[in-house]
Amino acid sequence: MTQAATEPPLLEVSGLVKHFPLTQGILFKKQVGAVKAVDGVDFRLDRGETLGIVGESGCGKSTVAKMLVNLEKPTEGAIKYKGEDITRLSGKALKAVRRNIQMVFQDPYTSLNPRMTVGDIIGEPYDIHPEVAPKGDRRRRVQELLDVVGLNPEYINRYPHQFSGGQRQRIGIARGLALRPEIIVADEPVSALDVSVQAQVINLLDRLQAEFELSYVFIAHDLSIVRHISDRVGVMYLGRIVETGKDVEIYDHPTHPYTQALLSAVPVPDPEAREHRERIILHGDVPSPANVPSGCRFRTRCWKAQERCTLEVPLLAVPAEFRLVEGPAAHDSACHFAEEKQVVPPEEPEQPEGGTP
Amino acid sequence: MLLEVRDLHVEFRTRDGVAKAVNGVNYSVDEGETLAVLGESGSGKSVTAQAVMGILDIPPGKITGGEILFQGKDLLKFKEEERRKVRGAEMAMIFQDALSSLNPVISVGDQLGEMFVVHRGMKRKEARAKAVELMEHVRIPAAAERVRDYPHQFSGGMRQRIMIAMALALEPALIIADEPTTALDVTVQAQVMDLLAELQRELNMGLILITHDLGVVADVADKIAVMYAGKIVETAPVHDIYKAPAHPYTKGLLESIPRLDQKGEELYAIKGLPPNLMHIPPGCAFNPRCPMAQDVCRTEVPPLFEVDADRGSACFFWRECLDDTSRD
Repeated sequence: MTQAATEPPLLEVSGLVKHFPLTQGILFKKQVGAVKAVDGVDFRLDRGETLGIVGESGCGKSTVAKMLVNLEKPTEGAIKYKGEDITRLSGKALKAVRRNIQMVFQDPYTSLNPRMTVGDIIGEPYDIHPEVAPKGDRRRRVQELLDVVGLNPEYINRYPHQFSGGQRQRIGIARGLALRPEIIVADEPVSALDVSVQAQVINLLDRLQAEFELSYVFIAHDLSIVRHISDRVGVMYLGRIVETGKDVEIYDHPTHPYTQALLSAVPVPDPEAREHRERIILHGDVPSPANVPSGCRFRTRCWKAQERCTLEVPLLAVPAEFRLVEGPAAHDSACHFAEEKQVVPPEEPEQPEGGTP
Repeated sequence: MLLEVRDLHVEFRTRDGVAKAVNGVNYSVDEGETLAVLGESGSGKSVTAQAVMGILDIPPGKITGGEILFQGKDLLKFKEEERRKVRGAEMAMIFQDALSSLNPVISVGDQLGEMFVVHRGMKRKEARAKAVELMEHVRIPAAAERVRDYPHQFSGGMRQRIMIAMALALEPALIIADEPTTALDVTVQAQVMDLLAELQRELNMGLILITHDLGVVADVADKIAVMYAGKIVETAPVHDIYKAPAHPYTKGLLESIPRLDQKGEELYAIKGLPPNLMHIPPGCAFNPRCPMAQDVCRTEVPPLFEVDADRGSACFFWRECLDDTSRD
């Protein structure tokens, strides 16, 4: 593809907003406010790429996921799939687009219907999109999918309760793949799994991406997993992306104080690190999204906050001090006082220590 | 030694058969020491703690053998009344899910104060003053006003602090924390772990930290016991185990977690699934998933071999495992 530059990105989200109204009164409902779950989110996703979205609970990351697959209607903003705004589509056109954007859910226990067999669960998407697989072909297709996600194709007639958590998540992934989508939105796909099983599922997602040229929007709260799987990362706080960039830019050269605090709080599996690692401990809790602070929304917990932060909303752009320099610190960060700070200790050089016992 | 668990066995009798949840666990904690018990779900880490605390559901649970020595006395020989005096006052527990562990219809102040009313025979008013003091101690802002609030009015991190306050109320010698930060966000997790470590130092308590998070363990523990299928497979001081694990399961766990400081290639994944506790494989319970398994692993149960004076590994090939890890 030579004109890749002119071709619209696979997915482009701009000004995405979701407010849930708060009402008072029973008969005459009066809106008294709104929970600003998502409050202006922009990002793009290219073919074969993985965008990781990290944030703490309540930051709006799952609401973004739901809007991407049309389970939730945005209050404002556009979600463009190959240049076409899917929030304005309906009927046939919407159905066609939805085929290409599929979702994998967090909880493998509640996202599979206990009364349906695995074959019916994975094959159900074909009832809605019969053009993908003609009736007689479905069983074979489902068995192929089971094989692709590493389950025995003979399990097709079993029920979800006969599988472990990791196996169920594989079933959820197979269902997501059934319609051969281009984009998979995965909302915390491994956080309910045990450590030794997590790695299996992450490797599976990696392999499927290469095999089917998938693009992922990978939503998680675990920063280590997001780093492992993502090409680019967006950090969300209270309904907005506060910093975004390539994985090295975010993890090794963060410039937003929230990202720095978040990274420094992650326990690193290395007892040597506990002595010489700087911890930024944030005070207080995330404010309620129904009552978002003025100006910068992080200012109530930020150690750098000044008067300007109360008055002026910082924009998500390359901060002025990095605009003229090249290098990993020059990426989008929504902070008036952005500065680079290394919080994750860089990889230690190999110690020339001889063989211990 | 503050607490010593010796050869503990716990079974659950269910309709489908007997699940052997704990199969001969030994561990000990001293004053001011932190022992991390690491394991996946079903490894028996919580059941062991419940047996120590004396809050195991009996039936279906049944302690079929072993001793739990607390300050030299075997708790399993105590009558329920005596046990009750120990529980809460001498040893206390912090649970994972603060919202479901606190009573939703009793104010936080009354729940905290209850400790003093029941164990110390205080009047309500005195107890309430104590509750405020405790809430201040765990750094809950505006404690005097919030003492009348109910659990749902607090955030997750604050509720966990209240749990900690409750556990520390009578200044016990031992605290058992069962996944105390698993339900919390990372920034709040750091606050809570910090607080817990500080209070532990202040009161010189023994702490048993039950978790599946290798990162949290590395941050706070002095020594680790790794559990698998109801047994301790490796025990070691915290620095040794991360540098060179002596059991293939520990090694697999360490290699299978993505790192914050490295991008990394494909993750190492331990194949297969943890065993069903009703059908634990013969020999070493880990053998069907182990890359180093030999014939002997399928027939004989490995004892806990002494690797070092303070290190043990339940693997016939611990030497090879250790060599293998220090090489790469």
